[in-house]
Amino acid sequence: MTSLNIIKAINIGLRRSLERDDKVLIMGEDVGKLGGVFRVTDGLQKDFGEDRVIDTPLAESGIIGTAVGLALRGYRPVCEIQFDGFVFPGYDQIVSQVAKMHFRSGGRLRLPIVIRIPYGGRIGAVEHHSESPEAYFAHTPGLKVVTCSNPLDAYWMIQQAIELDDPVVFFEPKGRYYTKGEVDVDGEPELPLESARVALPGADATVVAYGPSVKTCLDAAAAAADDGRSLEVIDLRSLSPLDLRAVYDSVRRTGRLVVVHEAQRSLGIGAEVAARVTEECFYSLEAPVQRVTGYDTPYPPARVEEEFLPDLDRVLDAVDRTFAY
Amino acid sequence: MTVETAAGASQPEPELVQLLTPEGQRVPHDHYDALIADITGDDVRSLYRDLVLGRRVDGEAVALQRQGELGLWASLLGQEAAQVGSARALRAQDHIFPTYREHAVALCRGVDPVRLLALFRGVDQGSWDPVETNFHLYTIVIGAQTLHATGYAMGVQRDGAIGTGDPDRDAAVIAYFGDGATSQGDVNEAFIWASVVNAPVVFFCQNNQWAISEPLERQTRVPLYRRAAGFGFPGVRVDGNDVLACLAVTREALQRARDGEGPTLVEAFTYRMGAHTTTDDPTRYRLNAELEHWKLKDPIERVKAYMVRGDLADQDFFDAVEEEAEELAVHLRAACRALPDPTPTSIFDHVYVEPTPDLLAQREAMTTYLDSLAEEEVAR
Repeated sequence: MTSLNIIKAINIGLRRSLERDDKVLIMGEDVGKLGGVFRVTDGLQKDFGEDRVIDTPLAESGIIGTAVGLALRGYRPVCEIQFDGFVFPGYDQIVSQVAKMHFRSGGRLRLPIVIRIPYGGRIGAVEHHSESPEAYFAHTPGLKVVTCSNPLDAYWMIQQAIELDDPVVFFEPKGRYYTKGEVDVDGEPELPLESARVALPGADATVVAYGPSVKTCLDAAAAAADDGRSLEVIDLRSLSPLDLRAVYDSVRRTGRLVVVHEAQRSLGIGAEVAARVTEECFYSLEAPVQRVTGYDTPYPPARVEEEFLPDLDRVLDAVDRTFAY
Repeated sequence: MTVETAAGASQPEPELVQLLTPEGQRVPHDHYDALIADITGDDVRSLYRDLVLGRRVDGEAVALQRQGELGLWASLLGQEAAQVGSARALRAQDHIFPTYREHAVALCRGVDPVRLLALFRGVDQGSWDPVETNFHLYTIVIGAQTLHATGYAMGVQRDGAIGTGDPDRDAAVIAYFGDGATSQGDVNEAFIWASVVNAPVVFFCQNNQWAISEPLERQTRVPLYRRAAGFGFPGVRVDGNDVLACLAVTREALQRARDGEGPTLVEAFTYRMGAHTTTDDPTRYRLNAELEHWKLKDPIERVKAYMVRGDLADQDFFDAVEEEAEELAVHLRAACRALPDPTPTSIFDHVYVEPTPDLLAQREAMTTYLDSLAEEEVAR
């Protein structure tokens, strides 16, 4: 067991993937000499060379578009988008080309591309550096969308994403980058990439989260436990496809569901979870599904991001509301 | 002859590489003659055949669209020489990234034209094998494929498949696009990328003067080939209606790429004689006189005139090619009409490499629903 933060866990995961398969490439802005602005790719260019860890021109559409060509030639590019809000110049290539190639070619062409995106708030940044655009991608057939919440998942999920023959958008919770956890780097992954995980078993209400919000919910569960209320926290991990089996099981027991994410509320992941739980668990529900999310505004100036983002108290408030019915 | 520049000042017309005049006269060229010195009478006859077959496939497709057999067709009429000349410069290992109009390139590459019809009929979205033919699927989002070509070329570099001197190993990549595409960010990013990494890619721009209704001056204030200089690689303008010049210029650009000398921009100066697609009506935005002017520069007639002038072919040859084209058209008509519609549930097959549980459930739901309709039908 090694104590690692998420940055280092992904770094070692990338290193393992580069070692395992010489077709794996890292590409993005500042990923080489600098090791990325968050140092996720630190030391990789030094050890694997400039042909495999590529400092690209500053153009996101170009990063994704050339990754498509490299993948068609048999490579497995891992693209870094420097910040969430900078993915949009590459959005067309992702949704129009990457997502559709396998489908439109009748399965002849595969694009094993991973697009890493540090996302979410809590870093006190200027505009375009704190966004949560995951629903845009999860809405697009042909993409797989996953996100990790802790170092152990980060380490395994990045390697599993790289091994997958489908394109994967890999969201990294940058507000939790320095969260530490124990990782057995020589072990085996406990779960398939596309499985949700019960992060904390509980009996009274179900709280579903992913990425940076998982820690918020675990903190809320600890506080609720002090008040004698037992929350079950489920980490979705995969947003497309959604694995809600554990959520259905949980809601059938608790009858109460709160969904938490940093992304804006309307038409978000929470809405989809609520719809599906209503379809599957209608007679088990004791209360309407509650959502605790960012508000339907652009991401605000950093001095008010604490109020914009879901926190422990807002999660507990929502849990209380489910008991008010 | 002069052209007006943006500032309104006159300057000599940019050099246009031409080896065959519109009248079919072979004009010598100090540099490019050497690049087609190996071309025999058989080769010229074969180029002519590809031009005629390309035009015939296109004409048949337009007719099939008019008869309701295709949903749409993007005609290549007038651009046969640019496509055949450039395509015939390619080697088997070179990889091609086309737009949705490169039907004659596809034909030269051995792609069954029925597969092109299938796409425009709406039975699939590209059913030829891009690996086997080295001819990628058509790309409809304007300019997106130039980045794919550049990335593919980066892969060729990493595979060590340039600069070895082995003619069967060294490979180049060619990206086709039009004048309108040169305004796209992706194309400009591809130029930058290819230049910076010295990618073995040829950017082949068919400047057909029109981006649907928008004339070239909506896209640029400088001749397109000159843009290459700003990106740091050579640009050349070739008479796009001259198959020999297109062959020579593309051969040189491809060989530069295979030799590891980096990208080239080729601007094939041509004219879209037809509509943008079968839904377009060019009479709303351009004068018929312009079309009449370009008809005099027809890419097929000049090769025919050259062959007659040089005694490279007799009437039997021309008749035989016509007959072959007619047989191809008859075959295409029948094959197009016989293309089966896809089964509705097939839409779930290739969203991912393995279908997700959600997709399996949706496929099941669709099947149940469609079966219930069929049962109702039987009950009636």
